[in-house]
Amino acid sequence: MLQKLYDWVDERLDITPMWRDIADHEVPEHVNPAHHFSAFVYCFGGLTFFIVVIQFLSGMFLTMYYVPDIVNAHASVMYLQNEVAFGAIVRGMHHWGASVVIVLMFLHTLRVFFTGAYKKPRELNWVVGVLLFLVILGLGFTGYLLPWDMKAYFATSVGVEIAASIPVIGGLAEDLLTGGTILGAETLTRFFAIHVFFLPAALMALLAAHFIMIRRQGISGPL
Amino acid sequence: MAGHDDHKDVKYVGDSRIRAQRTPNYPKDYSEYPGKTEPFWPNFLLKEWMVGAVVLIGFLILTVSHEPPLQVIADPTDTNYSPIPDWYFLFLYEVLKYTYASGPYTVIGTVIIPGLAVGALLLAPWLDPGPERRWYKRPIASGLMFMTIISLFILTYQAAEGHNWEQEERYAHDSPAQNVEIDTSEEGYQIYAAQSCIACHGDQLQGAVGPPIFDAGAKYDADGVRDLIENGIGEMPPGQFEGSEEELDILVEWLVSLGTDAAPSGDASDEEGSADGNGEGD
Ligand code: HEM
Repeated sequence: MLQKLYDWVDERLDITPMWRDIADHEVPEHVNPAHHFSAFVYCFGGLTFFIVVIQFLSGMFLTMYYVPDIVNAHASVMYLQNEVAFGAIVRGMHHWGASVVIVLMFLHTLRVFFTGAYKKPRELNWVVGVLLFLVILGLGFTGYLLPWDMKAYFATSVGVEIAASIPVIGGLAEDLLTGGTILGAETLTRFFAIHVFFLPAALMALLAAHFIMIRRQGISGPL
Repeated sequence: MAGHDDHKDVKYVGDSRIRAQRTPNYPKDYSEYPGKTEPFWPNFLLKEWMVGAVVLIGFLILTVSHEPPLQVIADPTDTNYSPIPDWYFLFLYEVLKYTYASGPYTVIGTVIIPGLAVGALLLAPWLDPGPERRWYKRPIASGLMFMTIISLFILTYQAAEGHNWEQEERYAHDSPAQNVEIDTSEEGYQIYAAQSCIACHGDQLQGAVGPPIFDAGAKYDADGVRDLIENGIGEMPPGQFEGSEEELDILVEWLVSLGTDAAPSGDASDEEGSADGNGEGD
């Protein structure tokens, strides 16, 4: 039955090659922790992706309650955390996941760096990786403001000062982030938009590029 | 497209680009990696799941055992609060405290140092172009990376050391310090407010530059309180109280009465306190 369904779709869309592109490749011995325990360092990229998926899912649920305005933002997070069933867990996953993703991404970067995997022909994928790093840091920075509590507000004001100190474009960067002259209502909606639309979109595009390049080139060979 | 001679023998399904004649899609030969190669699907993935499961369990334990912190609603006018970013930006905060990365040199700390670091990372494949991949055969690249890692650890540690973490607990939305209800009509409070005490300990005794003292009675007896008012304690200088002896008696008596019976309103009114936005000390 399932096979028939598959064949029916396959006849029209020829999905077998797509499936093969995703799943059908060999895993060489030197990256397989089942053969060499030390090969667990090759898991960090996949684990980073795992936590990124958790961030997407938990974040989607958070937006069901979160209200991005300065009067209600804090109360909505408080409500989510104290009243909503499993709210504290979902918020906890997103909160701690933000830290875990950075740790794992850092370890992944170190693995790639110390195995010299950024060398020819993988230069472009390394560059995409550094951009991913910056996007993740940007997500951390913009997400920190959203609960609109004391640490959120004051850390962001320092962040905005840092942006403002950039020569030439500092003023522009500040306006872009705050949406006005003070860190206030406009800033919160902007950070919300950046955190849930702009950066996740960039993240998905970069991840797609990252993974397509990995499949094209294969994992780097043994040292 | 249709006119291409060398494609003449390719037939498509209807008007689509899907070939009618399918060539079998054999997996690639990985003979370039000798050894115990295995297929990604399903062999490898079934094992890799276990690594994922272990990480997921660790992550969920972290999540259920540590409630994500939430402080009281932002109050831009509170000048006593010292800013603190999430831990992964602490190193940058610390850099900005150095003399030659702050004040007139801010640009060094905010643009030049981070710019060089990100630039070097982006350009690593071209800065270190040789074919050698082993880290111990690339001493300059590896050395710089080790130094960067060590600096990141040291800077983060220093920033964490230098921060007053007690502040974070004090501003937590469910901290007793944020939910005290001080009866400001009491004579003791009037004296407290008229003296310099209020400047450091806050109008609700919730703490500011100095620590919270809304539950002083739970920690000190009358003699203890009197002693530290007269002689100071820690960073609090002696002789701050400038009123009369009678006023001091009233003040001491009032402070000692705080936090003795049923830990001042904090725990009891917590639920309602948080529901109506718990405006801290307004
Ligand atoms: C959201 C962040 C990221 C995710 C989810 C991710 C995911 C992955 C995955 C699954 C792999 C396959 C091999 C492995 O797991 O080690 C990989 C390889 C690679 N990654 Fe990432 N990565 C991320 C960020 C980065 C960063 C920050 C860099 C570098 C600055 C980077 C550079 C590379 C390179 C060069 C490879 C190819 C390595 C090789 O062929 O040995 N990635 N990445």
